[in-house]
Amino acid sequence: MSGTTGAGDEPVMDPALEAQEAGSQHLVQPPRGTAPLDIIDVRKGMFGVDGSGDTSGFGGLERTIALPGPTERPYGGYFDEVADILAEVLGEAGVAYDDAVEKVVVFRDEMTLYIAREHLPVVARSLRDDQDLRFELCLGVSGVHYPADAGRELHAVYPLFSVTHNRTIRLEVAVADADPHIPSLVDIYPANNWHERETWDFFGIVFDGHPSLSRIEMPDDWPGHPQRKDYPLGGIPVEYKGATVPAPDERRAYN
Amino acid sequence: MAATFPSATRGAGPAGTEGVHEFTAAGGDWDEISAEAERLGDERIVINMGPQHPSTHGVLRIVLEIEGETVTEARAGIGFLHTGIEKNMEYRTWTQGVTFCTRMDYVAPLFQEAGYCLAVEKLLGITDDLPERATLIRVLMMELNRISSHIVAIGTGGNELGATTMMTIAFREREEILRIFEAITGLRMNHAYIRPGGVAQDLAPGTTQMIRDAIPKIRDGIGELEKLTLANPIFIGRQKGVGILPLAGAMALGTAGPMLRSAGVPFDLRRAQPYCGYETYDFDVITDTGADAYARVVVRFKEMRESLKIVQQVLDRLEAQDRKGKQPVMVADKKIAWPAQLSVGSDGQGNSLDHIRQIMGTSMEALIHHFKLVTEGFRVPAGQVYQQIEHPKGILGVHLVSDGGTRPYRVHFRDPSFNNLQSLSILCEGGTIADVVISVASIDPVLGGVDR
Repeated sequence: MSGTTGAGDEPVMDPALEAQEAGSQHLVQPPRGTAPLDIIDVRKGMFGVDGSGDTSGFGGLERTIALPGPTERPYGGYFDEVADILAEVLGEAGVAYDDAVEKVVVFRDEMTLYIAREHLPVVARSLRDDQDLRFELCLGVSGVHYPADAGRELHAVYPLFSVTHNRTIRLEVAVADADPHIPSLVDIYPANNWHERETWDFFGIVFDGHPSLSRIEMPDDWPGHPQRKDYPLGGIPVEYKGATVPAPDERRAYN
Repeated sequence: MAATFPSATRGAGPAGTEGVHEFTAAGGDWDEISAEAERLGDERIVINMGPQHPSTHGVLRIVLEIEGETVTEARAGIGFLHTGIEKNMEYRTWTQGVTFCTRMDYVAPLFQEAGYCLAVEKLLGITDDLPERATLIRVLMMELNRISSHIVAIGTGGNELGATTMMTIAFREREEILRIFEAITGLRMNHAYIRPGGVAQDLAPGTTQMIRDAIPKIRDGIGELEKLTLANPIFIGRQKGVGILPLAGAMALGTAGPMLRSAGVPFDLRRAQPYCGYETYDFDVITDTGADAYARVVVRFKEMRESLKIVQQVLDRLEAQDRKGKQPVMVADKKIAWPAQLSVGSDGQGNSLDHIRQIMGTSMEALIHHFKLVTEGFRVPAGQVYQQIEHPKGILGVHLVSDGGTRPYRVHFRDPSFNNLQSLSILCEGGTIADVVISVASIDPVLGGVDR
């Protein structure tokens, strides 16, 4: 992997990068020092493909959607310190750092720790309580749905903020659509109460241990979870001289 | 069929409300309701306030369990204004997203615009390429908007107490600011003025002077409102010691902004994690120790004066720039900046005739480029970012995920009102029903932002 090989070497191609090279565009090339990319989808369509030589778009073009992959140390800034202290505190709690933290991604000077869901509460508690970490604020939870990321379709993202040390990090937990359970953080961060209800409402992620996980924005008897990618946007059928205006999500799109 | 209206009817709900008496008040029938309630002699009374109620600050529903006049439990019900803005943004280009997010918290629209655009720029990696003038205009707009948001918070809070004069003064001063916004963006709200890469257009000539002329009026208006309220014995009697949220509670519930500062923490993202060059401005972070509704009003008043200070400094810098000649307000990258040059036409604003002449008459490539950029939009590298800014009500967080396409893959706004409204139960329980109104007003929720 190019992240671990020395400078100057031609990085060994791994499958992710090969797929990247084969049919996709320069925008998702990994920055130097990071690899492999985290492929979340492969799409076919007429737009948004670079470098294949087919300018007509009728060749059934393929585009790989990849998010930035794990970052190797050093992460830079205070990120290394946070990771070190977290490893130490987790060790004291009897949890191996490598079991709890699946990977670390540093992108645009922001650090994301991917946490195994069973260890999320202990990680959050360590981050909140240790005096050198002290992430007092959790700014809620935001769901993301990656339908093509098999086994990790639903992601929950928790931005944390430390007022004491003036630091920001982010936790991310990925679960399968078939088993959408994540332990609730309400007893650690009470502010997450409504945020978790919202994420349940919009994505169908079940936060185990939440005091009252009910819908918050949609009506109580609403079927489905509207922010999922397979949930249509809807639209009003407007007829104009016999033609109908399709719903926005059924119109031609460029990506 | 009920013979007489109002009368107690059997609750028809599922288990839990089985056998519970329900009253529907239609106004002017309180004597009959209370006589009926007395006859039935129920111990526990649950009343519903809102969502259509003049003092719930919007379509907020509050479910109150009361014992006499005392509130024993309070729960907020939200979602009545949910319009799926986040979902809609996934189906529009990155630039069009501004048009949607400005409609969230409609009292402070420019903060959603700025937060969103800063996030898009971070994702694009062009934060440092932004022209200085664009950043200056953003700060100017945000600080003016902070004043108009705070003054509406105080004014509507007063209106809900029955002090209509507070409301009229507040809206009169807000009008001064909206007039400035209209001169700059063309609209009083829903501006869509701040765009990824800069702002939609430069200030019209004479705008800085117009703002300078308005500042004394705004300052006098704030002073008038301050004199009318802060030393007013009725106001003090209603607000002091009401809706208390101590420091520990505020931190646990993540309520930043005036609510946290009124509990004594000098935490302000403009200071802690500066964006838009806030580290270069001279202003104070206001705190108070009351932690009650009165302290929040005091903090808001002082913050408005600090914002005026920042506005003055921005105006100085903008005028210094004016003397140097025309400065760009959009990034130089033609793949991101919209080519459209706006001008004032006979029907208001529109594309400038020169630009139309160029793309229609002389340059086919410019026409194609314009068309592609406006319809298809620009691509943003895959990844995710989180941008937090100091909204008048607390921390506004914008979580953006891109899949490398021309439209956001996921947009999430952590609206401060949504988060702060969770503290309603703590503020209200143990107080009287009359204090519920004050507690809600002191949170200053805007339901457009809460429900999105």
